[in-house]
Amino acid sequence: MGGENGGRPWVEMRGIHKWFGGVHALKGVDFHVHRGEVVGLIGDNGAGKSTLIKILSGVFPPDKGEIVVEGRKVRFRSPKDAKEHGIETVYQELALVDNLDVPANIFLGREPALVGGQSLMALLNKGRMLREARALLERLKVNIGDLNALAGELSGGQRQTVAIARALYREPKLLIMDEPTAALAVQETRKVLDLVRKLKERDIGVVFISHTLQEVFAVADRIVILRKGEKVGDLPADELTIDEAVKLMVGGE
Amino acid sequence: MDPKIWLRRINRNRVLFPLGALALLVIVAASLSPHFLTPMNIKNVLSQVSIIAILAAGEACVILTGGIDLSVGAVLAISGSVTAVLMKWAGVAIPLAVLGGLGVGVLAGALNGLMVAWVRIPSFIATLAMMAVARGGTLVLTNGRPVSGFLKSFRAIAGYAGPLPLLFLITFGVYVLWQLALSHTRFGRYVYAVGGNETGTRFVGVNVRRVKLLVFILAGLCAAIGGVMLDARLNAAYPTAGEGYELDAIAAAVLGGVSLSGGVGSLVGTFFGALVMTVLGNILNLLKVGAFYQYIAKGLILAVAAISLSRGIKFAK
Repeated sequence: MGGENGGRPWVEMRGIHKWFGGVHALKGVDFHVHRGEVVGLIGDNGAGKSTLIKILSGVFPPDKGEIVVEGRKVRFRSPKDAKEHGIETVYQELALVDNLDVPANIFLGREPALVGGQSLMALLNKGRMLREARALLERLKVNIGDLNALAGELSGGQRQTVAIARALYREPKLLIMDEPTAALAVQETRKVLDLVRKLKERDIGVVFISHTLQEVFAVADRIVILRKGEKVGDLPADELTIDEAVKLMVGGE
Repeated sequence: MDPKIWLRRINRNRVLFPLGALALLVIVAASLSPHFLTPMNIKNVLSQVSIIAILAAGEACVILTGGIDLSVGAVLAISGSVTAVLMKWAGVAIPLAVLGGLGVGVLAGALNGLMVAWVRIPSFIATLAMMAVARGGTLVLTNGRPVSGFLKSFRAIAGYAGPLPLLFLITFGVYVLWQLALSHTRFGRYVYAVGGNETGTRFVGVNVRRVKLLVFILAGLCAAIGGVMLDARLNAAYPTAGEGYELDAIAAAVLGGVSLSGGVGSLVGTFFGALVMTVLGNILNLLKVGAFYQYIAKGLILAVAAISLSRGIKFAK
């Protein structure tokens, strides 16, 4: 139960509501993550998982409810705000820009500049990007091969690794992984799960979303279950079986 | 390195196609007409390509972000007319008149960018609206009549620097700057990123709206530069100037390997694309093919280019 230190959670979402037109996608959901804790977020399609993590990563604001980071109330106007608070997200599909190469993807939005600092007209330091991308991927013990390959030329596992490397480069406090293994082969999936355990050792909180419950149970400390926009379960992983989790997900005793 | 990888890398921005097409055209032209490779004709081609190419430079960048700008021809006209009216009727000094014309182009581009990025109107519609407004504005401003007869010092813009037309040098300079910006600045990287995966780019925290705004502003500026250049070349500002040029600009970009779905292509390719369009027109002129047939020929070439470029997957996997 490492990471569950009993103290204040690193991030808390309280009473989160979200409407899309007439659809009440989230109905007052509470959610929290401690540092170094892996939280598995599960639920059927349309249960509100993606909506919840998109609110947490700043993609859109909640219609009601609040987000508290390290005890302080925050408001995320954009993913950038969430990133500045140390929340990084690895998205299922939207992760990479296929027509850019590996270093360009890892540093997208954060390119080191030769001159010009953070301005749009800054000259890119391509040499540094290549060197640091290589060092980062070596630390993660993954082999991409040719770093100058475009993201669209990589395999699913390589793409996922690049997406994760990009998130880790920013040294987040919380990493949200939305279906990180959906497109992966068994061997590659195992690598991603190993990576999640390594993050935990580094005291990074992880929100892990997956349809494959075996994976979730293999890495998560705690499991949060959503159904039709409501939280129907929040239990330590070792006090819950997969069968019980499925029952909660689909409802109807 | 594996030569296949090497070749793929070179062709990543699809410069080989327009370069090959241009080489082929030049060979065909030289064998068909003894006049083609004369210094006089080459200068003529370089002057002609300048204006289409400068429009194509702005157009290509908009297309790289996944948008389109249909207003560049009309913005060329209004910028050219504003410059002409300021000089001829208001007696404004040449540099200020030129700045006024360029300012109008920047303003039109900024409005396009605001409509597309903030109001979220598809660029096709937003710039169609701008095209109509700018064309109408030009007619109102000039009463539908040409404004002509500029000072010699203004007409010098269409003169020569040594053996090369000044117009060509201006355009070439713009291309060099543009290509460097696309390849080496953060802005350039975001142009490709937005074109490749707009949502993903926004999610990593890039201010996508600002990138789009800037791209449309630069397209407006390029169109305005074209307007001033055309004034100097023709010694007149015609209210109908630049009609249909947006199609030439789009065609040059597409022939140059810029993908209409965004994210792929370069200015180097676009430049060759503009040259292909111009040389083609030039050959047809030298062969005394009527203007009506020239439209058909250009359309066919564009169709052939689009078909051969669309072979292969979007990101040249």
